[in-house]
Amino acid sequence: MMTSRTLARLAARHRHRDLLFEALGLLVMLVVMLALAALFAHLAIDGLARLQGGFFVDYPSRHAERAGILSAWVGSLLVMLVTALSAVPIGVGAGIYLEEYARKGWLAALIEINVGNLAGVPSVLYGLLALGLFVYHLGLGESVLTAGLTLAMLILPLVIVATREAIRAVPTEIREAAYGLGASRWQVVRDHVLPYSMPGMLTGVILALARAIGETAPLITIGALTFIAFLPPAPVSAEMPFVNADWLFSPFTVMPIQIFNWISRPDPGFHANAAAAGLVLVGMTLAMNACAIWLRYRARKRIRW
Amino acid sequence: MASLLLLAASSAVLITVAIVVILVGESWGFFAQVSLREFLTGHEWTPMFAEPRYGIAPLLAGTVTVSLIALLVAVPLGILTAIYLSEFARPRVREVVKPMLELISGMPTVVFGYFALLFVTPWLQRVIPGLPGYNMLSAGLVVGLMIVPYISSLSEDAMRSVPMHLREASYGLGASRFQTALRVVVPAAMSGIVAACVLAISRAIGETMIVAIAAGQQPNLSFDPTETAATITAYIVQVAMGDLPHGSIGYRSIFAAGLVLFVLTLFFNICGYWLRRRYREAY
Repeated sequence: MMTSRTLARLAARHRHRDLLFEALGLLVMLVVMLALAALFAHLAIDGLARLQGGFFVDYPSRHAERAGILSAWVGSLLVMLVTALSAVPIGVGAGIYLEEYARKGWLAALIEINVGNLAGVPSVLYGLLALGLFVYHLGLGESVLTAGLTLAMLILPLVIVATREAIRAVPTEIREAAYGLGASRWQVVRDHVLPYSMPGMLTGVILALARAIGETAPLITIGALTFIAFLPPAPVSAEMPFVNADWLFSPFTVMPIQIFNWISRPDPGFHANAAAAGLVLVGMTLAMNACAIWLRYRARKRIRW
Repeated sequence: MASLLLLAASSAVLITVAIVVILVGESWGFFAQVSLREFLTGHEWTPMFAEPRYGIAPLLAGTVTVSLIALLVAVPLGILTAIYLSEFARPRVREVVKPMLELISGMPTVVFGYFALLFVTPWLQRVIPGLPGYNMLSAGLVVGLMIVPYISSLSEDAMRSVPMHLREASYGLGASRFQTALRVVVPAAMSGIVAACVLAISRAIGETMIVAIAAGQQPNLSFDPTETAATITAYIVQVAMGDLPHGSIGYRSIFAAGLVLFVLTLFFNICGYWLRRRYREAY
């Protein structure tokens, strides 16, 4: 028989157990947060001293104090450019097709399954694919173009998913109103769906690029070099024909590979460089994430369905 | 216009086909020279020696050991975090914790590798005397840290999608929050939680940079975490950094290793996908 005394004791026991579990949960959070804080603290302690102006405009060198990340961040920028220009048209196109044009048949299901599967493929396998296909089969060599295409394949699932979600958020009434006025499917997409989903897509693309900028394994596999003391040739020059595409086929390096190279050396001076470069890379990634989140916030505010 | 878009959409299929074709194609050349039996049952992986041996077991042992350690860390932390966030946490705590977890999952893995080599390893060396500079334990621990957001966010999704009325029925019968979480919500979300762990396994197996930096690049058939070893992924990167003539057997060996990796992750991804469909359909 449950007296009020037993009930009170039971309730107290429950409360205590709940509190205990809550404390356990907080402890787990704390452990994870401490690990993250230790990581950043270590990066800062090791690397902040090296973050002076010269670091950003010097080439890597055999001497740790004189080594810089110029070729690395320029390389990262150029590779990101190629990646964005390759992944966005294809990813957005695929997303539009899957959301607006596809009928529920085997083809759409096949494409969806593949997109889901590709999202789970380890990044190093994209590097192997690019090595076999782009570097040797198509003869593009170990160049900025190959790197951009490799990373574009890597982030393609992310761009497709982001595009689909952005398009799905557009209410059907808008589409139906346009159809009701006699618009063709492409007109509806181009003039009504795309403008409204543009901010969402942009957010997704920026997040995907933030992921791509930190990828190391596929680029090492295709042969990005780690000691580059030159920059890819400039796209514009003073002589005819004034614009060229040589920079696409030039050898290159990127930030994460430079970090990897420096960390693999036994000299602690280079470890400090690696920490400093790590800070820059994490800063770039955080900036891109913040940009994407701010865009999403602004877009949500302006939309009035 | 529709056909252009269809072409773009079929790129996903084309890429998958290309991966399979390239991996199988180059491995075909590899297996023309190395017997499948030696590959699967051999105990040494020494492609660079004068007398090369091609047994994948050392690489598999490295991959399995690192992934196991990572899971031992990430599964408890991740599931506890998910239970806490979904059943107990106040909104304020959630606002702090979720961005932090997203931060972890967005960080470049080289930075984690730096952390493993220059912070975790020296710290472990104080606890375990005689630990070599490159070891699987420190790599495994950091891979585990990196995977916690995967497990926690997928598990939390699974737990969130358990209908409220199940919880309310439990509370109505006088259960505490702890009892409800453990006896009602977690069993109901179990297939989603298991899916999260399976997908995390796939991620751990495919991790490259942390193990390449912190676990070393010496293939070693051992499950002892205090030893140096190489994983499948670290081997691929190590060879790709060197100079191997295109078409040589050493070059082809990375494709064979890549094929094994592809099959492993495909298996776990399919398991995870199937499990997720099961929990989504239940509601």
